[in-house]
Amino acid sequence: MNSRLAILLALIWLPLTAYVMFRSALGAHGSYLLLPAIPSVIVLYVLALRSWRESWVAMLGATLVCFWLLMAVTAPYLPLLDPNKPLVPLVTPGGIRHGVLFLLGSDLRGRDVLSRTVWGCQRVLVWGITATSVAYVVGAGAGLIGGYLGGWWDEFVSFASNVLLSFPVMVLYILVLNLLGQSGFNIIIAVTCSSAPVIMRIVRGLALDAKSRDYIQAAQTRGEHPLWIMLVELLPNVRGPIIVDACLRLGYTTVAITTLTFLGLGLQPPDPDWGLMIKEGATAALLWKYSYMVIVPALSVSSLILGFNLIADGMREMSLRD
Amino acid sequence: MQHAGMQSNAAAGDARILAGDAPILAGDAPILECRNLSVSYAGRAGDVPAVIDFNLDLMPGEAHGLVGESGCGKSTIALAIMQYLGKAGRVVGGRILFEGRDLLGMRGAELRAIRGGAIAMIYQEPMASLNPSMTIGAQLIEVPMYHESMGRRDAAARAKSMLDRVRMADAERIMRSYPHQISGGQQQRIVIAMALLSNPRLLLLDEPTTALDVTVEAGIVDLIRNISAEFGTSMLYISHNLGLVRETCDRVTVMYSGEAVEVGSVAGVFRGMRHPYTRGLFASMPVPSADKNSRPLVSIPGQPPSPRARPPGCSFGPRCGFFAAGRCDAAPVSMSPIDAAQGHASRCLRVDEIAWDAPPAPGVGSTTAGFGEVVLKVNDLSKRYRRVSANDGLTFDARRGETVAIVGESGCGKSTFARILMGLIQADSGSIDLAGLELSRLPVTRRSADTIRSLQMIFQNPFDTLNPSHTVGSQIARVIRKLGVQRDESRIREQVFDLLDLVKLPRDFAERRPRQLSGGQKQRIGVARAFAGAPAVVVADEPLSALDVSVQAAVTELLIDIQRREGTTLLFISHDLSVVRYLSDRIVVMYLGQIMEQGRTDQVFAPPYHPYTEALLAAVPIADQRYAKRKVLLSGEIPSASNPPAGCRFSTRCPYRIVGTCDLDPPPVQEFAASHRIACHLPREELLAMQPVFQEATL
Repeated sequence: MNSRLAILLALIWLPLTAYVMFRSALGAHGSYLLLPAIPSVIVLYVLALRSWRESWVAMLGATLVCFWLLMAVTAPYLPLLDPNKPLVPLVTPGGIRHGVLFLLGSDLRGRDVLSRTVWGCQRVLVWGITATSVAYVVGAGAGLIGGYLGGWWDEFVSFASNVLLSFPVMVLYILVLNLLGQSGFNIIIAVTCSSAPVIMRIVRGLALDAKSRDYIQAAQTRGEHPLWIMLVELLPNVRGPIIVDACLRLGYTTVAITTLTFLGLGLQPPDPDWGLMIKEGATAALLWKYSYMVIVPALSVSSLILGFNLIADGMREMSLRD
Repeated sequence: MQHAGMQSNAAAGDARILAGDAPILAGDAPILECRNLSVSYAGRAGDVPAVIDFNLDLMPGEAHGLVGESGCGKSTIALAIMQYLGKAGRVVGGRILFEGRDLLGMRGAELRAIRGGAIAMIYQEPMASLNPSMTIGAQLIEVPMYHESMGRRDAAARAKSMLDRVRMADAERIMRSYPHQISGGQQQRIVIAMALLSNPRLLLLDEPTTALDVTVEAGIVDLIRNISAEFGTSMLYISHNLGLVRETCDRVTVMYSGEAVEVGSVAGVFRGMRHPYTRGLFASMPVPSADKNSRPLVSIPGQPPSPRARPPGCSFGPRCGFFAAGRCDAAPVSMSPIDAAQGHASRCLRVDEIAWDAPPAPGVGSTTAGFGEVVLKVNDLSKRYRRVSANDGLTFDARRGETVAIVGESGCGKSTFARILMGLIQADSGSIDLAGLELSRLPVTRRSADTIRSLQMIFQNPFDTLNPSHTVGSQIARVIRKLGVQRDESRIREQVFDLLDLVKLPRDFAERRPRQLSGGQKQRIGVARAFAGAPAVVVADEPLSALDVSVQAAVTELLIDIQRREGTTLLFISHDLSVVRYLSDRIVVMYLGQIMEQGRTDQVFAPPYHPYTEALLAAVPIADQRYAKRKVLLSGEIPSASNPPAGCRFSTRCPYRIVGTCDLDPPPVQEFAASHRIACHLPREELLAMQPVFQEATL
């Protein structure tokens, strides 16, 4: 079950990441990469619905997240206008100009908002999930080391995390992105710096509790290596709370990335991105007539975050029930 | 008020006449009645009955014991009486009458006045019942202030006198302390005092001593025993321990799988049990005079049924030796009276057909062959953690095939010793010699696979001993692979199956996860894991203490059986002297890091005793009516190991203390017979003149 899920996630995430991060290098045939991801998303959705059928909250969350995942992997195949091509500026939603329907209108430069919204979810999803995963590997690793090994190791990781936690998150982001330059990879570093200490605290606490269990002593008394104990004996037993937190944290990271692009840090134009769309539409949105330029991407980002949060809520509810 | 009370008493009388079975003592109305009470919990697949058709009459001043194994519904009854069943639980039938008033119809203020006022409950974990952020005094004073609107000063005086009545020394200081500053035994006394402060007419005690050490437990039990005499309170005492019920209660109800199977006076039921389950429980408990060779334990086969799938007819049927197909599984069995005058009744169809006086089929006895050479030699072993002297000068040895029990209460250093032996920590001085290899300062990471294989451990908590994330088979296989017993994968799988056979579990358990196993089954896997590499020495750290009585017997027999076959030396760490008496060949009694007494089991269990051994023996609750025991109560609590008393470490609690000697000088070790050694200042003659703790009572 678990290995099937891992393969499925890899089938979605690896092509999508490669497609978003290295599109220019891939050339025109890049979109074939996404083909295996499309059925995978559908299977993932069916699996999620089946295993979470007791919680309508989690099912709703899964529906929202899987909708955006599906949009992300099918974007090249959908009958959409070119998201970067200026056509007719300031068409309100539903308007038809030169025989072209702008379902959600067009922005100041005349680009189709619907197409930019669909394409934009790719960047948010890819960078959000990647950054959260990296933060998790670093934070969970540090937490296991601190919690299980204790002593100087614990002092060291705890001190490092306290230092990082003492910065306000926004200051930390701006600091990292200004020092290292603005790019997607540096967003990963910035998110890791802000999230990993919190993850480390959670995992450390769970590891401290699990460490006193007899099965850990049993492993110690048969002379297992500490790395084995941490990864094979401890990690699987702290996964429950970690998975719930990861879903919440995906939401935070999505907010953070959107905020950063809104501020002009991190991901750069011209590729569509929800934060960027809100930023570009902000001036036009002063007029109610043109507020769709902000409302559409803002609702999109909210629905994705809501999806992650609902999944987290539903899983917590289900874990409390048994 | 008076009038209302009389009316309700009359109503209670009516109810009893309608129910028409229990004996009616003239002019005395029960304080609590349960009439055909049934409780269910809402589950995903429909309601799960937890208590079925339960009846109880509790007279004023009477103590009624409710015994049974885990999951038999005894705590649910207490919760139903308190109306604390929570969202999932529901009374689906019957009535609970408290002083004639139906508790089930009560709501809000009426219920609040009864809870904590007329009915008080005491739980297993004292620390969870006390508010950690308030001083004990403040918490005690609240009770009369709330229930009787008493002034603060009067309430404080009441609280203080109550502390004296629960025999708490130094009440002034205790009132100013916070819960974490006092010991577990003191906490439980506070909880009892708090319950008694509101002058309850009924006290519900749910395993009140399970979390305590035996000598501390003995003090609390003595206190509970006197509550009804001193305060006139009726008690419902819930326990899994038949011995404790014998010491505290007048009447007893034995529960099995949600039903009362036998009810009667404690003496009547324990001496003349009339239900196969009760009889099975007694046969699976060790008694103080028997050992594994003369009277092997007889365990009850099988396991209690799942509450979701009870068998038809008698719930105990599938495990019962007297099961008659077509009769016992035909229809639900009702209680049938045995001795109406005594109120003795049993839920058994064949109660008149079974020869109850015939001794139950004895287990297969055997003799222990002589022991082999010394395999483990511990010499003057000491370990300090900063200021705590956890092990101080331990010296003993164990022979091949022998079972050596290390007995003591919390803080005695038995777990520290086990950790040193297993190489998880290192000793400061002294030596451990395992077949010529010095282990006291050799961490497990530097031990060879052979050494690790020859020294294995069985852990205490069955719910913790297996990693919940991996299958049972993969965990056993990991041990085999890691210790290099087998390398070939198909051989490893074969050996996993062999080990499952060894501990008498089906082979398909290899694919199961620990959460699908019962406590006893998990502990069997723990045994299988320890014996994977044919160890020379197995350390068993309280392997039975978390198991139910009927399961304990089966695991004990399994352990003995495997040990005999493999010739393994067993170091059995325990606080339960009746199990130790049964299982072990030699006993080492420890207190605060030092050995107080050691010798062959029969030597330790007979005079001369070390004063601490004597108190430990007297603290063991014995259910068997054929034995009487002498009362020895220790004052005070176990001192902190970080500041052990000077001289003899037991001197602060010893009833024979010689002031000026025991509290100054370490005691000399006196040798009585070959290998029987007692570390005590008392003159030899005085030790020799001690009376036995247990005596076979004349019936």
